[in-house]
Order: sequence, then C-alpha cells, then structure tokens
Amino acid sequence: MDSPPGGFNFTESEMSFTPNIQAFCCHYTSQQSLAEGAESLKADGMPENVTLNRLVCGGKLKEITLLKAFEEGADAVFFVGCPVDACHNKKGSERAAKRVLAVQKSLQELGLGAERAEMFHCARGFHLEFVEAAQLMHKRISALGPAFDGGSK
Amino acid sequence: MIIAERKPVAEILAMVKDAKKILVLACRGCVSVCSAGGEREAEILASLIRIGLKKEGKEAQVSCDSLVRQCDKEFIDSIDQFKGTYDAIVSTACGVGVNFIANLRPQDTVYPALNTSFMGGSAEQGIWSEQCAGCGDCILHLTGGLCPVVRCAKSLMNGPCGGSVNGRCEIHADVECIWQAIHDRMIRIGQSEGLDRIAPIRDWSTTSHGGPRKIVREDLTI
Ligand code: SF4
Ligand code: SF4
Repeated sequence: MDSPPGGFNFTESEMSFTPNIQAFCCHYTSQQSLAEGAESLKADGMPENVTLNRLVCGGKLKEITLLKAFEEGADAVFFVGCPVDACHNKKGSERAAKRVLAVQKSLQELGLGAERAEMFHCARGFHLEFVEAAQLMHKRISALGPAFDGGSK
Repeated sequence: MIIAERKPVAEILAMVKDAKKILVLACRGCVSVCSAGGEREAEILASLIRIGLKKEGKEAQVSCDSLVRQCDKEFIDSIDQFKGTYDAIVSTACGVGVNFIANLRPQDTVYPALNTSFMGGSAEQGIWSEQCAGCGDCILHLTGGLCPVVRCAKSLMNGPCGGSVNGRCEIHADVECIWQAIHDRMIRIGQSEGLDRIAPIRDWSTTSHGGPRKIVREDLTI
C-alpha cells in the first residue's frame, strides 16, 4: 500500500484497509482545487482514495446520489460546500447540509454509523481546509473499517 | 391531506428479510406531497433496502415504481404490470394504500413503509400539524373554523378547561390552547354570541369507535 497521505500516522489495522471515499463538492468550493489538477492536489496531501464528484451547487445534491455511492462500494461520503452565510447560490450549501443530515440518520438506522457521511463548509477558491476535510474522512474511515463486510480493500 | 413518515429502515428490513424480489411502490397522492412516500422517497427507500441487505450479506432484487394513488381500485389493478417482478411489495402509501393492496390482491404480500400519522397540513416547510380527526360530524361552523375535537387535548366541546394559561395548553407550553384561539377568533369575526352557547353532550357515534365507517352515495354507485 502507498504511504499514508497528509502526513498522518496510522496504526497497523488502519493501514490494512484503504477506504473508498466519495467526496461531493459544489462548483465554487471545488473550482480552484480542480484547476490545480490531481497532481497538485496530491502534493497538497489529498488522499488518493478520495474521489471528487463535482456538482454545480450544493442545492443540487440529492440524498439518492449519496446513497448510490454506498451501493456502488463507498465506505463513506462527504460534501464540501460554501460557508452557510456565503453560499454563492444563497441556500445551496444549507440544503446540502440537510441532505447529508438525512443520509446520516439513515446510515445510523442501518447500523453503518452516521459518521460515514459528513458535511464540510469551506470558503470559495483553494484552501487547505478542502484537503483537510478529505484527510479527516480518510483517517476516520480508516479507523472505522469497511462499511460492508469484505468491503473495498 | 394524510401526513405520514417513513418507518425506521431496520423495521422495514425485518419485514422483507425473506423476500427475494422486493417492489417498493410509491403513491403519487398525499404521501408524495408530504415527502414521505412519493417517487423520490421510494427511490431512496429502495436504495436503503439494498444497502441494508448488502450490509447483512443478503441478496435480493429491489425495484421501485409508483401508482397514481393506492386508494382506488383502478390504480391497484395496474399492479398487474409488475407481475413476476416481486414477491413482496413495500408500499410507501398511507395505511389506506396498504389495506387496498391487501384487499384487492389476495395473493400478494404487502408491507407498510410508513407510519401514517394524521390528517393535517404544512404551514411551514418541513413541519406538519394535525387539523382534523375525521370525526364524522363537523362542528367547525360553531367554533370559528378551528377544530376542538383534534386540536384540544381533551376534545372539549365547551372550552377552555381550567388549565389554559396565556393561550397555551396545559399539556405543553409548545401547544396552543385551541379554545383560547376559538374565543379570540369568534370575537374578532363578530360571532361572540356563539360563545354563549353551551354545547350539549356530544354524540360520538360518528367517530371511529364503532368499527370501520362507510359512506354510500346512491347518486354515484353504479
Ligand atoms: S369537528 Fe370533526 S370533521 Fe370537523 S375538523 Fe374537527 S375532527 Fe374534523
Ligand atoms: S388548555 Fe385548552 S387545548 Fe389544552 S386541554 Fe384545556 S381547553 Fe383543551
């Protein structure tokens, strides 16, 4: 396995599993990150197992989109949107947070754990917080283990 | 309209534990409007069932479709189009829909995905409140249009009770005393004389305590 991204130290059990993490972000939050390209992001410490899915706005995020990611093998999902009081489209980021909340509730009911879905707010343009959100999820889910038995390794 | 909310997914998963082909069937009526059991919610539920089965290491085919309504025979008959695609139906309709499927499809297994809660409305997005209990003998013309049967905790016909404080009901400070609201409203709309009327002991035989109720309209039956 590749060395852990972001300079984190992992225990042995955490090292044995690489989570499949699907990140969703709005156009504004992701634009600089995407403009930098995968290589630059990697250099900034973006975990390679975190896949970016770009939406035009947080308001376009659907609960089913996050759930489908789990159906397709994700161990966790997260959304990065604008700060609540600085959303380019007024309420898109707030709406996204509500969708994430609904998914957290369902994951809890299913016994998968609400912590497998998370909402982050991050200012427009490139900020290290964007990468740190991915690192946090990577660390959290690495410790938690696969969502499904025999899940993505 | 009828207001409902989804049951916990674990409860639904327990219902379908032996099913191999599950049809999540949405209703495009009331439960669609209250975001509990329309097409969007059925699609979400189907996905949650698939995720739940995956977690349990089980396999089943989970499909999803909808009917215009599940409280009319003609629409229930259209379940024929799904023949062979299911061995259990999970209905996201209200209890009426589930009963109708059970009534009209003797061979089909049907489970409720929702807890049917009440008849009410939404004055604010995401918040619903009960407004009518379907008591069968409406008295709203005597109470300024506000229902004491379902909106008064004691269903008083001559309110308020002694527990009403500053317009709030004694059961909880969050609950308005509907009798205070009835008084305020009837005075406001010039019907204060109606408040002098003492309502007689009410005949509750039109409510649901005497078994299922039925309406027959000779002008409509064929
Ligand atoms: S009086 Fe009866 S029918 Fe009228 S609103 Fe109240 S519960 Fe409904
Ligand atoms: S306080 Fe008002 S609403 Fe509550 S039980 Fe008494 S009369 Fe009914």
